[in-house]
Amino acid sequence: MREKQKMTVGKQRAAGDYIKIKMILFGTLAAGVILTAVFAPYLVPYDPYEQDLGNALLPPGGAHLLGTDRYGRDMLSRVIMGSRTTVFAALLLVAVITVIGSAAGILCGYYGGKLDAFLMRVSDIFLAFPGMVFAIAVASVMSGGILNAVIALACISWPKYARVARSQVLSIRNMPYMAAAKLSGSGTFKMICRHVVPNIAGPVIVTAVLDIGTMMMEIAGLSFLGLGAAPPTAEWGSMMSNGRSMLQTSPWVILAPGTAIFLTVVIFNLVGDTVRDLLDPRQKGR
Amino acid sequence: MKKYITRRFLQLIPILFGITFLSFLLMNTGTADSIDVMENNTGGVMSEEEKDILRAELGLDKPLVQQYIIWLGKTVRGDMGESFVSGQPVSALFVSKLPATIGLMITSILLTVFLSVPLGILSAVRQNRITDYLIRFFSFIGNSLPNFFVSLLLIWFFSLKLKLLPVMGNNAGWKSVILPTLTLALSMASRYTRQVRATVLEELNKDYVQGARARGISEKRILYFSVLRASMLTIATLLALSIGSLLGGTAIVESIFMWDGVGKMAVDAITMRDYPVIQVYVIWMAVIYVCVNLFTDMIYHYLDPRIRLGREDG
Repeated sequence: MREKQKMTVGKQRAAGDYIKIKMILFGTLAAGVILTAVFAPYLVPYDPYEQDLGNALLPPGGAHLLGTDRYGRDMLSRVIMGSRTTVFAALLLVAVITVIGSAAGILCGYYGGKLDAFLMRVSDIFLAFPGMVFAIAVASVMSGGILNAVIALACISWPKYARVARSQVLSIRNMPYMAAAKLSGSGTFKMICRHVVPNIAGPVIVTAVLDIGTMMMEIAGLSFLGLGAAPPTAEWGSMMSNGRSMLQTSPWVILAPGTAIFLTVVIFNLVGDTVRDLLDPRQKGR
Repeated sequence: MKKYITRRFLQLIPILFGITFLSFLLMNTGTADSIDVMENNTGGVMSEEEKDILRAELGLDKPLVQQYIIWLGKTVRGDMGESFVSGQPVSALFVSKLPATIGLMITSILLTVFLSVPLGILSAVRQNRITDYLIRFFSFIGNSLPNFFVSLLLIWFFSLKLKLLPVMGNNAGWKSVILPTLTLALSMASRYTRQVRATVLEELNKDYVQGARARGISEKRILYFSVLRASMLTIATLLALSIGSLLGGTAIVESIFMWDGVGKMAVDAITMRDYPVIQVYVIWMAVIYVCVNLFTDMIYHYLDPRIRLGREDG
């Protein structure tokens, strides 16, 4: 806090510009990743599913920039194709838990009473499970599949959003503008859509964007355990799991998808940190 | 304080019911009928009548809530069923695998504290200088690396390239514990360093620090005697909270390093669809997590003089 007081106006403006520049830069990178995922089928140099056993486990270089796997499939094509599964699944997951979690949180905060008590106890129970442990159990009961992995992680992740949304609603519920809106005859639906949602969106969005990277790693982790995307689907976690036995002879089979996950998570984490600095300056540098 | 402890224990009851009910529901409404799984795993063929008899024997034809109560009664007495695969009682199996996991967790937590606390403090004291940026950079990197990738990188580098350490298993003495510990501690430490830094920074920005500076007390004295003492409590609490991610992380890391603990047990059970084993794993992990959190809260309340001596509202 004290740091901020020392800043002159000019410096503050410069800091604001700096954050905006960072936002544009990282936002572009993230958009690049998402566009790669969207247009993956048109970008791949080879068919990511076509086997060519004569060219199995070729090292990187030459015709295959990142080498080939044990079935002779082009690694670069599989990594590009894999971005689809991982990135889409993570974005879908974050979207789902943001909507469900905040809806629950808004209802709790807005209505209070028994509904609030009930939903908060339910979320307590979900929060009592270590996240990955519960996700493993859910995914194993639902027998794998990328969509089931998303459902498993959604089950365990929504309470966090419910908590954030609820505490925000509680902090604005007694604001004069809420009373004014009610007096001027706004119905519940209008109150929530026009007055509650826009005013609590900031912290919820920050939580959501910061979560994208983590969720990506957890989806890939479940796939790595065989609880997400099933082979032959190109997915980074399952590609790494399948390449484990070839770590010694052909490490590129692991390194290519591993680096892809790492870079993607880095990009989304950078976006997350910048969005937080932009929307919630109090938390800056944390 | 007494009132607080009683209240916390009472709050624990619905949570424990919730945990067990959810775990029960999960395993009993799964897509596969457990009798069918049993049939597949034992390799025998059963007629529908035989299956029905077995269902009645296991109480699977009763209503769900009744089944839950019966099951809960058994669970409390330590009978959590037998593994579909080996026929072994799962409680005994779990207990036999637990020490390996706890050992791994202790070494990981120790390494995490050993790395994060000094680095976090250093980073806070040197805020916005090169040391701070470097520490933050590395903790950012560590935060973006999935632990299965870290483990494979470590195996590749230390075991296969340098041939310094064993690839897997927990039978090579102290050497086998290094890589799994390193993997778990790396991701935990990256997050924790940031939290330590934030906590110390917040304390450093408080008014009493400026007051102490104005009185001419040396920076070192302020840091060691006031700031660190005040922030230790928060730092310890945050560590306990991060144990949740550690409990989940052990599953992947144990199965990669063939570390014979409960995490590997659960992952192996997944492929065999051995539901009782997964169930015992989920319930006990949740119970351990809840107990750790409760314990931390109580210690926190006990140690914090503001709470112990003052308000009771906590």
